[in-house]
Amino acid sequence: MFEKALIGDRRYWGLIIALLAIIGVGFIIYLWQLKVGLKITGMSRDVSWGFYIAQFTYLVGIAASAVMVVLPYYLHDYKAFGRITILGEFLAVSAVTMCALFIFVDLGKPVRVFNVLLHPTLNSVMFWDMIVLNVYLLLNVVIGWTVLEAERNAAPPPKWVKPLIYLSIPWAPTIHIVTAFLYSGLPGRGFWLTAIMAPRFLSSAFASGPALLILLALIIRKFTKFDPGREQIQTLAKIVTYCIIINVLFFLFEVFTVFYSQIPEHMHHFEYLFFGIEGHGKLVPLMWVSFIGMVVASIILVIPRIRRDETTLAIGCALVIITTWLDKGLGLITGGFIPNPFDRITEYWPTAPEALITLGVWAMGFFILSILYKIAISIKEEVID
Amino acid sequence: MDINRREFLKITGASTIVGLLGGWKAVELLAPGELEAKYLPKTEALTAKRWAMVVDNKKMDEKTAKKCIEICHRIHNVPDIGDPKREIKWIWLEPFENAFPGQRQEHTAERLNGKPLIVLCNHCDNPPCVRVCPTKATWKREDGIVMMDQHRCIGCRFCMAACPFGSRSFNWGDPRPFIKKKNPEYPTREKGVVEKCDFCAERLAKGLIPACVEVSNGALVFGDLADPKSDVRKTLRTHYSIRRKPHLGTNPQVYYIV
Repeated sequence: MFEKALIGDRRYWGLIIALLAIIGVGFIIYLWQLKVGLKITGMSRDVSWGFYIAQFTYLVGIAASAVMVVLPYYLHDYKAFGRITILGEFLAVSAVTMCALFIFVDLGKPVRVFNVLLHPTLNSVMFWDMIVLNVYLLLNVVIGWTVLEAERNAAPPPKWVKPLIYLSIPWAPTIHIVTAFLYSGLPGRGFWLTAIMAPRFLSSAFASGPALLILLALIIRKFTKFDPGREQIQTLAKIVTYCIIINVLFFLFEVFTVFYSQIPEHMHHFEYLFFGIEGHGKLVPLMWVSFIGMVVASIILVIPRIRRDETTLAIGCALVIITTWLDKGLGLITGGFIPNPFDRITEYWPTAPEALITLGVWAMGFFILSILYKIAISIKEEVID
Repeated sequence: MDINRREFLKITGASTIVGLLGGWKAVELLAPGELEAKYLPKTEALTAKRWAMVVDNKKMDEKTAKKCIEICHRIHNVPDIGDPKREIKWIWLEPFENAFPGQRQEHTAERLNGKPLIVLCNHCDNPPCVRVCPTKATWKREDGIVMMDQHRCIGCRFCMAACPFGSRSFNWGDPRPFIKKKNPEYPTREKGVVEKCDFCAERLAKGLIPACVEVSNGALVFGDLADPKSDVRKTLRTHYSIRRKPHLGTNPQVYYIV
């Protein structure tokens, strides 16, 4: 099937070459980081995780959201999603690959990465996160590829793949729950130390992932002969709508507990993010854009007329993707470190090299996604013909 | 490849000799004696069930504190990077309200207001940094010291996120150019690993108390918390002491008399 990725029109090759160029730039800058160390980033003694770990966290959510197309099809026999499960699974593959790369570029000693396997540490959440992410990657590669191959041969998928599919369903939320546990079990970080962290991760994941899937489906329909389907897009839209509403609610639950209890260790982080402390407030405008944007997205998506119109739906989905990214890919990690354990403010902002390495990893993800989608869609087109 | 009988015998003969030599070496290595003695704690080593420190702030003045910091950073090859965002520090001064953020109040005793306190790794009895490390590069020794293996650390910085005391530093770049005078007795670090105070484990092994304690004129008390006759126990019996963020359950083993 892979040969399908090697035949394409000019637009396809243009995209591939553009992505490779961005990957190349990111890679060269990564080599520089490898040489001189992480000092080329904006991270510091106080904000010791930054953009890389934040992207990782956001993308685990995107990866987990594949379950939102797999579950209705396999557990509820919702036939319409049969057309697009492959899109969800391949999106998960590219997202998990980006997750692994973001962890890798964040390591101070990447050559020692296999120490995690050499000295398995059951009490470290990071060890478990590595396990669940890798298994999830494997599950999606195997399931996606096998089912697609069967579809090409106009045969039912082999029997052995069914148990793997059922396993992948609970496995998807697990990857994001374990990722939330990286943060929510740390005693000294009031911003993260809350049981709502995992539910918030899931709600924002199941809003942003399907939103991205809708945009991808619309793009696919526009540029290829394969139509993911109007009903499919509309069902996904409902999932996005309710998940973004739940996400706003979960956030407000946390705000209530934090501000009604008035416990400073929990309040200071929110104050920094949304109002700024002592003149430090780099993230304030973005955090408001994120929160207000999510509320606006919730309102417009809940109105049937707007949701049914695919143009306005696309705008709503873009809003969901951007606002959840600001929330998780920017505010969540930085906000947890500010103020620091000494109640002092050290601000964080990614540097240009850090941003370019980040962009390189994203390009890598979209490169993998383009190739996998090219294969999947070519086969779908073949079946149509 | 074809070999005749003669060649075959030559090769096997040579291999046997090499094997015998190697085997003999292994016997030598495994036999009790010199090697074992080299890796067992020396008799002069200071040992304890639970090392702990008391910072007696009534005896600590800023000059003494600076001496403690200077000697620690000098003997442990701690670089002086100068940039507060990237600095490495094992022991340093923090104003009272920053070292004890929960204790901030409008009418703190004047002698405490803004007064710098010495801070270092608390060598917690229930250390969250150890709990989160994915490679066991940081671990708690039986005597309570929270150690760091800079050769195993992958630089993921999970321990820095987990430490509620900001005790850990990361080498954002190569630290070596920033070490004024290298102490050949102690290793320097590479870029990309985390480091922190180790209660002078290398000095304890030689029978010496931690360097900061030695130069503190009695303002830092160090000893075995499990021994009722130790100096730390005596000091804690006769003075009211506080610890940083005890409500987090990490059970810090650095006590403050303020």
